[in-house]
Amino acid sequence: MTADPKALYQEVILDHNRKPRNFGRLAHPSHQAEGLNPLCGDHLHVTLELGADDKVAAIAFDGESCAICKASASMMTSAVKGRSRDDAEALGREFVDMACGRIAAADAARIGRLAVFSGISELPMRVKCAILPWHTLQAAFDAVPTASTEADDDPMHTPIGDA
Amino acid sequence: MNETASALPFDVARVRADFPILAREVGARPLVYLDNAASSQMPQSVIDRLVRYQTTEHANIHRAVHHLSQVATSEYEAARKTLQRFINAREDREIIFTSGTTDAINLVTHGWGRKFVGAGDEIVLTVLEHHSNIVPWQMLAAEKGATIKVVPIDDAGELRVDAYEALFSDRTRIVALGHVSNALGSVNPVRRMIEVAHARGVPVLLDGAQAVPHLAVDVQALDCDFYAFSGHKMCGPTGIGVLYGRAALLEAMQPFKGGGDMIHTVTFEKTTYNTIPHKFEAGTPPIAAAIGLGAAAEYLSSIGMAAIGAHEHALLRYATERLDELPGVRIVGTARQKAAVLSFVLEGIHPHDVGTLLNEEGVAVRTGHHCAQPLMKRLGVSATSRASFAFYNTLAEVDALVAGIRSVQKVFG
Repeated sequence: MTADPKALYQEVILDHNRKPRNFGRLAHPSHQAEGLNPLCGDHLHVTLELGADDKVAAIAFDGESCAICKASASMMTSAVKGRSRDDAEALGREFVDMACGRIAAADAARIGRLAVFSGISELPMRVKCAILPWHTLQAAFDAVPTASTEADDDPMHTPIGDA
Repeated sequence: MNETASALPFDVARVRADFPILAREVGARPLVYLDNAASSQMPQSVIDRLVRYQTTEHANIHRAVHHLSQVATSEYEAARKTLQRFINAREDREIIFTSGTTDAINLVTHGWGRKFVGAGDEIVLTVLEHHSNIVPWQMLAAEKGATIKVVPIDDAGELRVDAYEALFSDRTRIVALGHVSNALGSVNPVRRMIEVAHARGVPVLLDGAQAVPHLAVDVQALDCDFYAFSGHKMCGPTGIGVLYGRAALLEAMQPFKGGGDMIHTVTFEKTTYNTIPHKFEAGTPPIAAAIGLGAAAEYLSSIGMAAIGAHEHALLRYATERLDELPGVRIVGTARQKAAVLSFVLEGIHPHDVGTLLNEEGVAVRTGHHCAQPLMKRLGVSATSRASFAFYNTLAEVDALVAGIRSVQKVFG
């Protein structure tokens, strides 16, 4: 595959950017988390309701981000609604592996429509935009308040001065 | 080059031929390099100088009596003199080689700040600053219990000098500000601001990283106390930069890094330090890079800073007019005095998407917060796209940027 950003910015992604699905916040979520990439300014908030059957009964996101991040979040909410937590987490791992170029979309059993993001692996600077929603979802499941896909290589977490 | 010659029209085609990288393509498109505020490209003369040094002149400096060490030492010190002339410092010992602007500012916060700033003292910065002129001061303030005061801007991106004057108190110890804003291109009224500070006995550090490549800098005329800049933004190598400091201030400072070359004598009981500038150049410096920076200063001087500034102003004026005509485009930063930087946002399209799609057209711009998060917050934007020009850019490249922006807007419908 060759890097072709225009192929990445295809209609389905642009459509989810223009009209994000499940945009907003649940009033009484069972799980929620904030996702933040300080370097690029993407931030989003994921709220979800996990039913007694351990399935995602409802999910919503809001925030401000680039088109890649917003479309990824929108498609993520559509994809995990109705799935069990385990299934949603497995899909998230597949998505991250695909976005990072570790597996091909064809080898991802659950990926389905999310294969439109496979080209992101050719744009290393933008991978973190696509995977931030999934990291945020995982943080919400794990009851971790914030997630960042920039934090792994960011040793400087101690704030200096007044925030 | 005499005054008349440097006022002649700029032969940009001839200048471009000096930069081999400008001939390359990105994808199948000619490179349109508009990210010069992040790092500029290197002319063949500087590349050749690096190769000549490494091929025929390299040894360690200030140490051995053998031939190569003497050649390397003399070329390294000659580069210092070239930089001294380039910014019109009084003496060559006022030129400290650092790894860049960031290192130069950290040298001041450690060498000067840790000695002369105490609890309750105040440091004046501006909201326009690059993180490299914020964070070192915050670290100093946190260590010493000092506070930071911030000069505000107006909506055009001009510093509010009236508010600046009101920030001074008898605890103000230093003012540190950018000569030219990296994110907006505002040329700050530094001469006037230095006068205000000096009238109160307060020294001023100028971050000149974005000024030195675009305008003639004369540290004596500016009357600044410290001036910091980087080599790689002025057609030189990375890993090298300069701190200019008044000799008396440099002599009063404590060393920052300890090691070889910065000492006179060492015993386990007591070490005495070398004189300036060597007191601040511990260890083996990037000798080739320093000599390359000297060659870069000579190259810029051969073209003439006045001619460079005139050409870049023509580019900036043309680009501003073209972007102003485009619907859905807003220019961020409209100071009356600007240098070579055009920040903008596209309505409804995030700058990172703009950058990725412009790259597809061969157009290299920077997108993001430009290491100026407090400024982005003040402007109410999370990020911008920034086209930054050098004297080797052309009006046709501005047209390519405009066509690229149109194409991005088309993708997003």
